[in-house]
Amino acid sequence: MILVFIEHKDCVLNKTSLEAIVAAQSIGKDLGLKVAAVLPCDKDCALAQEIAGYSLEKVIVAKNEKLGTYTPDGYADAWEQVIRATNPQYVVMSHTYQVRDFAPKVAARLGREVVGDCIRYKAEGGKLVLSRRIFLGKLDADVTIGGDAPYFVTFQSGAFRGENAENGTAAVETMNVMVGDIRMTPEAPFQEAKATVDLTKSEIIVAVGRGIKSQENIALAQQLADVLGADLAASRPICDSEWLPIDRQIGSSGQTVAPKVYIALGISGAIQHIVGMKNAGTIVAINKDSEAPIFDIADYGIVGDLFDAVPVMVEEIKKAKG
Amino acid sequence: MKIIVLMKQVANKDAVLRIGGDEKWINEADISQQTNESDGYALEEALRTVEAKGEGEVVVCTLGPQTAKTVIKDALARGANRAIHIVVEDSKTLSAYQIAKTIADAIRDENADLVFTGLQSDDASYGQTGVILAELLGIPHATIVIEVDRASLGDTLRVKRELESGWYQWFTYKLPSLLTIQSGISQIRYASLKGIMAAKSKEIREVTPSVEAFASAAKIEKVYMPLKTKQTQILGNGDAKAGAVELVERLRTEVRVI
Ligand SMILES: Cc1cc2nc3c(=O)[nH]c(=O)nc-3n(C[C@H](O)[C@H](O)[C@H](O)COP(=O)(O)OP(=O)(O)OC[C@H]3O[C@@H](n4cnc5c(N)ncnc54)[C@H](O)[C@@H]3O)c2cc1C
Repeated sequence: MILVFIEHKDCVLNKTSLEAIVAAQSIGKDLGLKVAAVLPCDKDCALAQEIAGYSLEKVIVAKNEKLGTYTPDGYADAWEQVIRATNPQYVVMSHTYQVRDFAPKVAARLGREVVGDCIRYKAEGGKLVLSRRIFLGKLDADVTIGGDAPYFVTFQSGAFRGENAENGTAAVETMNVMVGDIRMTPEAPFQEAKATVDLTKSEIIVAVGRGIKSQENIALAQQLADVLGADLAASRPICDSEWLPIDRQIGSSGQTVAPKVYIALGISGAIQHIVGMKNAGTIVAINKDSEAPIFDIADYGIVGDLFDAVPVMVEEIKKAKG
Repeated sequence: MKIIVLMKQVANKDAVLRIGGDEKWINEADISQQTNESDGYALEEALRTVEAKGEGEVVVCTLGPQTAKTVIKDALARGANRAIHIVVEDSKTLSAYQIAKTIADAIRDENADLVFTGLQSDDASYGQTGVILAELLGIPHATIVIEVDRASLGDTLRVKRELESGWYQWFTYKLPSLLTIQSGISQIRYASLKGIMAAKSKEIREVTPSVEAFASAAKIEKVYMPLKTKQTQILGNGDAKAGAVELVERLRTEVRVI
């Protein structure tokens, strides 16, 4: 059996869980294992019926009144019990912030660790060889897991396509779980400030990364954005330094965009940035480092100094526009 | 108030990485090393928290080879009070659980009020050392902490966690607890000349652990250059200005946005 984790907030699905279902269904086929989905909830989760519409052996609602709001202690207790009761070979999850918060804890309780943030896998001799990015995306590593099952695997967002989840009909089962002391008190989640710019609607985005070096140089990127009729965006360190406001941040903790053209100036292309912009129609990267991971997904690249390239681009575009 | 901060030495961000002979890690000879980015922020948060409390100490803890002393000395120069160096020359071969277990054994008796770590390392990026460590120490944890409400500091501490897509959430934790700190949470202080001088007399306790084998360890079989998902057209052949001219031409004729 493979257990797949369904993440939700107030019984509303987190879409990345569909990607986890696809991953689990695919591994299940390769290894000849059935797949069961698990939803921690404080009630007979409204989402369970929806998940039961996928090709799964069953949907287990791990139920306890303390599971209405996510806490690492509550989720770890619930998962530990479901795993001990069902004895799975694999536990498959999407590498969300919530999963990275509790999955290693559950694994550790069972004397295991997680192979986290995988981007693909292959089945070899009845076991998985998992691939994950290391060194800030500069290298890939193939990883195997030793010891006895269960094996814990998380996949990076986008490693599988949620719309490929196979439909079916599954039975829904409730498992009343015990939850011990919750040692942390959560308040309600909130958004910092309503975004003043909606980059999801931008046609062209010029994004700056740490390669821009100083706040004054943002003006240069702004010039390029102006002549292109583009919006300005940034990688995280630029917003952390307050060179641009937080609502310009692209990536896992910022906005996810899909413009016609995305021009990355001095951005290395860390995983957390790429998940926010990889669906752009055309990706352009200007970077001094020919081995920067951004070039793995770029359609056009200039290996060189952005301070040489950008002023020339501005002039050339002005000329072209007459 | 005692805060232990885990800090790791990793390959420099801008270093050109070459794959090692056995294809299981990078070739570390001649690679410049630095403190893992988020660990630097973890140290800064710890220093500020002890300063806010007005009493206590910050203890840096590193697991790594002798060369990792550079990380320790830098942390002591920035204001950490003392250090624990768990000396493991071949630390890169350890799995996340082994690292956390070895650290747990080395720091358990310190009975710290708080343990701070970076949220993940910039080399292996397991992102789970802190979480496993908290479990092994029997204390609660919070990951991806983006703000520490020092005004709330008592038997409990209120911290802001980052969720996805621009969402946040405050949590209150009973002490002792462990926090994994996100990069960019504050401005990291520089080491002053006075700090550098003072660091020379601060204690660095060396621990030589016997690292237990771990049957369930994840093992790196092979490292390699990432598979390209796109065929990138490199423009300008290393000449950025020529590349810029070509690029504008492509944006006009192929992509048609000009
Ligand atoms: C949980 C988590 C969430 C995160 N969320 C996000 C997120 O939402 N968004 C995000 O962006 N990041 C996020 N990050 C951070 C991410 O991992 C990277 O640290 C970040 O994206 C790096 O930004 P960068 O590419 O601008 O900087 P760097 O990685 O420092 O890269 C700078 C690049 O500029 C190049 N360069 C330098 N000078 C020049 C020059 N003169 N000309 C041309 N090129 C030059 C360098 O070669 C380098 O490739 C997150 C990290 C974590 C762990």
